Amino acid sequence: MSEALLDIAQAATKRALELGATGAECTISEGEEFSAGVRMREVENLKQAGSRGAGIRVLVGNLTGSSRTSDLTPQGIESMVRGALELARITTPDPHAGLPDPADLGRFSGDLKLYDDSVSRMETEWKIAQALKAEEVALAADARITNSEGASFDSYLGSRVFANSLGFAGEYRTSSCGLSVVPVAKQNGSMERDYWQSSARQVSRLESPEEVGRRAAERALRRLNPRKVPTQKVPVIFEPRTARNLLGDLFDAVNGGAIYRHASFLTGKLGEKIASEALTIIDDGTMPGLFGSSPFDDEGVASRRTVVIERGVLKSYLLNTYTALKLGLKTTGNASRGLAGSAGVGPGNFYIEAGTRSEADLIAGVRQGLYVTELIGASANTVTGDYSSGAAGLWIENGELAYPVSEITIAGNLKQMLMNLEQVGANLEFRSSIASPTLLIGEMTLSGQ
Amino acid sequence: MGLSPSFFAAKFGITERNLESYLGEALSAGGEYADLYFEYLSTSSIGIDEGIVKSASESVTLGVGIRVIAGERTGYAYSDDLSPEKIRKAARVAALIARGPASVVKTGFTEASKHNLYPMVTSPHEVGLAERVDLVKRADAAARAYDRRVFQVIANYADSIREVLIASSDGRLSFDRQPMARMGVAALAREADGVPQQGYSGGGGRVTLDFFLNEKTPEHFAKEAARQAIVQLSAVDAPAGESVVVLGPGWPGILLHEAVGHGLEADFNRKGVSAFSGRIGQQVASPLCTVIDDGTIAHYGGGSRRGSLNVDDEGVPTQKNVLIENGILRGYLQDTLSARLLKSTSTGSGRRESYQHIPMPRMTNTYMLAGQSDPDEIIRSVPKGIYCATFGGGQVDITSGNFVFQATESYLIEDGKLTKPVKGATLIGNGPEALKYVSMVGHDLQLDEGIGICGKEGQSVPVGVGIPTVKIDKMTVGGTAA
Repeated sequence: MSEALLDIAQAATKRALELGATGAECTISEGEEFSAGVRMREVENLKQAGSRGAGIRVLVGNLTGSSRTSDLTPQGIESMVRGALELARITTPDPHAGLPDPADLGRFSGDLKLYDDSVSRMETEWKIAQALKAEEVALAADARITNSEGASFDSYLGSRVFANSLGFAGEYRTSSCGLSVVPVAKQNGSMERDYWQSSARQVSRLESPEEVGRRAAERALRRLNPRKVPTQKVPVIFEPRTARNLLGDLFDAVNGGAIYRHASFLTGKLGEKIASEALTIIDDGTMPGLFGSSPFDDEGVASRRTVVIERGVLKSYLLNTYTALKLGLKTTGNASRGLAGSAGVGPGNFYIEAGTRSEADLIAGVRQGLYVTELIGASANTVTGDYSSGAAGLWIENGELAYPVSEITIAGNLKQMLMNLEQVGANLEFRSSIASPTLLIGEMTLSGQ
Repeated sequence: MGLSPSFFAAKFGITERNLESYLGEALSAGGEYADLYFEYLSTSSIGIDEGIVKSASESVTLGVGIRVIAGERTGYAYSDDLSPEKIRKAARVAALIARGPASVVKTGFTEASKHNLYPMVTSPHEVGLAERVDLVKRADAAARAYDRRVFQVIANYADSIREVLIASSDGRLSFDRQPMARMGVAALAREADGVPQQGYSGGGGRVTLDFFLNEKTPEHFAKEAARQAIVQLSAVDAPAGESVVVLGPGWPGILLHEAVGHGLEADFNRKGVSAFSGRIGQQVASPLCTVIDDGTIAHYGGGSRRGSLNVDDEGVPTQKNVLIENGILRGYLQDTLSARLLKSTSTGSGRRESYQHIPMPRMTNTYMLAGQSDPDEIIRSVPKGIYCATFGGGQVDITSGNFVFQATESYLIEDGKLTKPVKGATLIGNGPEALKYVSMVGHDLQLDEGIGICGKEGQSVPVGVGIPTVKIDKMTVGGTAA
């Protein structure tokens, strides 16, 4: 099937040139999704379906147009190509618009293990059983777990095809599966929920339903009967889940699209020390089996490893062909897009290199502070670095987690937060394309009572 | 109008006989209810960046979603191919949820009643592309002309037409043609060598192109975005801690969406996981507060508000639902499934992102009724506090009830007067508690300009919000100034 898709993509770019385009790139994706949801020990929903779509971007000199369709018949593709060409004619010339330098086109040669047949072989009954088990373990964990928002098992099988008029044509398949549960804990009028989720590209890499259920229950329980602490400046520890969220905000600040527009507080800072020595950030699209990996990016440039920040010094922005050209730099192979449109910039596996100390060690070093387990409505202003977010977590007293806190906010500025990054934990795990160990930031403003 | 002249009959040859047979397939293993949601969505978008119209794109997506309900269980499948074999195959997959003898499908359909909120002869989507390119060019020029300190402008314009056909096993048949248009402008400004600041403004709805030519022009949104960026150039750090908070009218109504709206969606309450579960009839807000969710607001730009719909995504006509009346919790937002299980009726609140998604209870346009106070008098009554004019987004944890929203344009209130602008800050409160501290409600109800996108369980749908000037005696402001 996917060979046919590759033919369709190549034919579409060829057709675009016949109709007057000077360049074209076509993306096709096809996928099959499955999800089973259970709640309170009963199956609640089952969903299963497949879909596909194609998108094209055409260049007519320095003009760009794009379109997408879910109709992959010859008529559908013809109409997509013509639509994009028509749209190109209403845009204005952009001297930087173009396709990648042919020398940059290519694919990472190693086996990235993005597809595993185990995901396609699972029986529906087995998947349902995993979700039921994870929820059962959570419900049985403690008498205070009285309710559940449910558990689910999801899987996805996809293929992605890309071709351009410079002769690049490539495809790859991906698989993924995930198990999650959301228990609800209740005590003395306090009601709290939390979740745990495990995702992987192969079934054998998933955490067991017992592990998923146990961790979700533990997280919901420790939030019960929270207090609201007074407004103050304190050290803040971000556990991996919330640290990942913070790292996502940093990604926006090294995104070449924000840099060339002067819309990032890191504009013009290449080579400067912008963070504490504890911080090294890598973007690597070539790590086998991970969610941020791919053989080539969304404009056919080979994926690679880029050191973004090294011991506090900003070494590289993350770029696609367009943003690189705007900045007089080389693409880092981070082009990202859906099916149509000009490529944006997206992460490979964007992560903070692990430090040497355990999370427990980091907590033990804090006399009084906040251990953040949830960020709600986090808002980072990429332009100025101003940061403010709702938060919930655990209060640290004399180096120990003492009691839950909620209905508070934490605020600061990313510029200072980066400089005040005192410790990076050793606990780096790749649960999504953005990954961070536990982080300790020396001081933030906590708003509460 | 009956099926025969409808969009799907004309374009794909779908007949009532087809629909009955697909529904029969869906109920072939039992189940009490099945429905089909056919969707054909065409969209277009144009953007200007650095004064260059860098992108123009369009898309067509179509498909059918098939749902089977058996007790509390839902089976769902979809197909992006509308050939009879593919639809039947999807129906058989959805049918797997039920285990029993086939259920009987009612023969014949009755067309459901519906509103006529956006009776447009032509939506912007059907107007020439050149007119739409002109909109973003005008926005770019106006933002730059507003102030010399504006140095970057991005303006986008997007519109769409969604054709839907919904048929259910209890014989309900609905059609709708749903236009949508939205414009957004972002501006960056800086002093000679200073730190840049940004501003954003946008709006739209289920409107005609005339809305952007006569009512809310590109210049309107551009000046507003530029003005906000300029205001931020002199902003001081936001305060940290509890404060009196005055919300300006319009988009700050997102407070209602987060603080009470989500918590009143029937799915959460049926499951007992909302902080509002079991509280109908109880006082959850000050007696000054009456909160409505209304999917029928029309008379806007030749069409209707962004959250308005003739029928919801289950084919049920939308309605005006009272959520909180004088502080007392009155009702939940119901979709078909929750209504069946709670022995209630749908409130026309079943919505979904697309044919690939299972519908669930959602908001439409959520707002608070106007009160008696003069807005200036409200500000004069505050010795020390913060006035929030514009917001970014918000979020809620429906179980604990904690919600946040991001104030992007705010001012200090000192001795009853607005003084310095303050930097963006997150505000946090608790749903069932926060509105109890509302002590004054202005007579100046405004609905937002039409930019809201609500996300729930991975599904995005357009919504509206609105609020008059409101004084809240106590709320936590997440700034950095002690």
